[in-house]
Amino acid sequence: MNRFADLLDMLAFTPSRNAKLSLLQDYFRTVPDPERGYALAAIARDLDIPAVKPAQLRELIASRMDAELFGYSYDYVGDLAETIALAWPEKADIRPGRNDAPGLAEVVETLQASSRREGPGLVEAWLDRLDPPGRYALLKLVTGGFRMGLSSRLIKQALAAFGKVEVNEIEELWHGLTPPYADLFAWLEGSGPKPVNAGAAPFRPVMLSHAIDARDFEKLDPADFAAEWKWDGIRVQATSERGISRLYTRTGDDISAAFPDLVDAIAFDGALDGELLVARPSGGGIETGSFSDLQQRLNRKTVTARQLRDHPAFFRAYDLLQDGAEDLRAAPFAGRRLRLEAFVSGLNPERFDCSEMLAFDSWDELAARRADPPLAVIEGVMIKRKAAPYLPGRPKGEWFKWKRDPFLIDAVLMYAQRGHGKRSGFYSDYTFGVWREPGELVPVGKAYFGFTDEELVAIDKYVRNNTIERFGPVRSVRAGPDTGLVFEVAFEGIARSSRHKSGVAMRFPRINRLRWDKPPGEADRLETLEHMIDGVE
Amino acid sequence: MKPEDLLIPRREGLYCPPGDFFIDPVRGVDRALITHGHADHARAGHGHVLATSETLDIMAIRYGADHAGATQAAGLGETIRIGDVTVTFHPAGHVLGSAQIAVERDGMRIVASGDYKPRPDPTCATFEPVACDVFITEATFALPVFRHPDAADEIQRLLRSVSRNPERAHLVGVYSLGKAQRVIRLIRDAGYHRPLYIHGALQKLCDYYESQGIALGDLRPATVDAGAKGDFAGAIVLGPPSAFGDKWARRFPDPLVSFASGWMQVRARARQRGVELPLVISDHADWDELADTIETVAPGEVWVTHGREEALVRWCAMHGIPAKPLHLVGYEDEGD
Repeated sequence: MNRFADLLDMLAFTPSRNAKLSLLQDYFRTVPDPERGYALAAIARDLDIPAVKPAQLRELIASRMDAELFGYSYDYVGDLAETIALAWPEKADIRPGRNDAPGLAEVVETLQASSRREGPGLVEAWLDRLDPPGRYALLKLVTGGFRMGLSSRLIKQALAAFGKVEVNEIEELWHGLTPPYADLFAWLEGSGPKPVNAGAAPFRPVMLSHAIDARDFEKLDPADFAAEWKWDGIRVQATSERGISRLYTRTGDDISAAFPDLVDAIAFDGALDGELLVARPSGGGIETGSFSDLQQRLNRKTVTARQLRDHPAFFRAYDLLQDGAEDLRAAPFAGRRLRLEAFVSGLNPERFDCSEMLAFDSWDELAARRADPPLAVIEGVMIKRKAAPYLPGRPKGEWFKWKRDPFLIDAVLMYAQRGHGKRSGFYSDYTFGVWREPGELVPVGKAYFGFTDEELVAIDKYVRNNTIERFGPVRSVRAGPDTGLVFEVAFEGIARSSRHKSGVAMRFPRINRLRWDKPPGEADRLETLEHMIDGVE
Repeated sequence: MKPEDLLIPRREGLYCPPGDFFIDPVRGVDRALITHGHADHARAGHGHVLATSETLDIMAIRYGADHAGATQAAGLGETIRIGDVTVTFHPAGHVLGSAQIAVERDGMRIVASGDYKPRPDPTCATFEPVACDVFITEATFALPVFRHPDAADEIQRLLRSVSRNPERAHLVGVYSLGKAQRVIRLIRDAGYHRPLYIHGALQKLCDYYESQGIALGDLRPATVDAGAKGDFAGAIVLGPPSAFGDKWARRFPDPLVSFASGWMQVRARARQRGVELPLVISDHADWDELADTIETVAPGEVWVTHGREEALVRWCAMHGIPAKPLHLVGYEDEGD
């Protein structure tokens, strides 16, 4: 475990991307099978072991230390696994380098041979044998919580560099491989053949767009481009091959298990790029739900019958990458689009349709359509070069997104909470409010990004100097008509909400600007937000 | 007499009405007793200052000889009468000259520990527990997640990194009073005797430690004249952490930023500062040491100040020791 813990620590503290690539390559070079394979699976989050749930870890630590002291610690550290790793009460003095510490392969193989119920007991015994870095690595491993700024792309690049092969070769093989990937490493080291793509329905690297800039339009001829709505769902890829169907996120995570209703409706051989939405047939058409409807289905490992009924998953197709045995990615967008329309017309219309194309002759005409979308779940338009092939990554000049202008309000900072992760120690999560009555602020939302690191330092200082009360990690900040900090808050949508005291809920709020100059008394009133909702509905 | 009649928190700091003095006041007062030379405890501009001779020397180095109207040196263990109270200074083990201050009247004794650490430190006198009715403890690292590893092991990690990266300069962030000299001494004790390069901000205090008999070995200024860029390859450079984001740091080849501080225990803290090699070396008591100290001192009551008061108060409650937070303002939460 120590070697793996060292790798995690070095990856966490090394800022440079190239240095991370070389750390991973060194690790693959020096650590034998199967350990390197399990480590790869762990950081790529592809390791199938009976997961120990955060709630079970909380129970473990609660059996070993005072809950209140643990609570203070967790608030301070901001990461459950790290807090437990550091605060774990050691039975005996555990010296670094103690040699009965369990190894990574031992841990993984033991867990794989155990039931879910045995997990917490095993973890507890291992925690007693490890030092704090080892405990941290173990806990991250068993909770599957490796969000350490390593994209799956970077990991695949490290493998590609290690084996001197193209990264897209790895990308397309990836979903057919299983830990500890002995065949992959053998191929990369030149001691074995290239693994055959055993996995049906592999993920295909996604093509992404750039945000369009006002100056771009002068350089672009509208006749070269097609446009369609940009739907506010999540971008997914539906693929099926040899009877295996899968749904992937745009980063290649397999989310099939959470969307059985949609995956069961995949009755084709090929790969579609599109938007995952909640929608259902209604009066001969399709009624598309909002992003908050979709949220009922996101970040779940399993799904209930009720969720399937109330929030049915729907696929709105943008592109066709593979039709049967034919790879279409080299064809131009306009050609793929014609194939897509024919392809989708043969699919179950309750689950699949084609994204509508928007006819336009000039950018002004497109701007007018963008300004007046028929549904609130549309967040702008996509502009695609008719001649563009489907290129993985974010190629320049091919696809553009032109999002709707955000809503803007001026709101007053009311509460600040210490951040977690990278920003622990800074007051970085802000609750802001608007005036309901003169002198009465009502909280309307929370934002924790949109500002620069320098602005964060300045806000943090402001919060510390203007605290009225402290509740654990939260500070209540002085906010009245004459004293207080005004934020210009940008957000993408607004809806009524019974769960919020103010009765409104914003979508994707962020700090657009700091208004040090603005007296808080001149910030917006709740009525303004209510009018915005009326405008949307 | 209640303990609150002997010492009470005021805006300026901890005040003793029968002796009419403050301990570590955060603004200028007529009569100040100072526990140690860190800037948030020792400020310039008091009428009279009573402190150990080392602390007075350090204040004179930092603020000039005229930092106070008058000064008086307190010997460790020496009984000094002020008004209706007596005070004694006892070693705190935090930095050179650091002392706990015991204030006593009519059989009631309160010990204000300032900042302290019980583990041995080759650069200052070792902490000495003093029996008392009220023990005022710091709480800088008062959370169960803070268990400082052995400082010598952390120095080994630094030296291993230096030998693994011979082409890079290691920039080690250290506060200029105490941490710098302790880290240098520990590096020497680990058998590293090559020159160490120091930022100008550390020079005077390192010289002072040397004059007090703490040998620091071959220290050289980390100036450009000391050599061309390549000459710092494989070198260890020590400086205040604030200097590393500065133009000053550009003179070093592919610098590897390290920081010696108790805060480095928390990963996010290290990452926020862009630290590549966090060294957990602290001049404060860690969680276990705070608890052990309270058990050893066995006071009737504990007052908790600067830091994570709530956690230590909770620990005291669990162990049946009356405790309360003092809510003194103006002390840096984060210095170490």
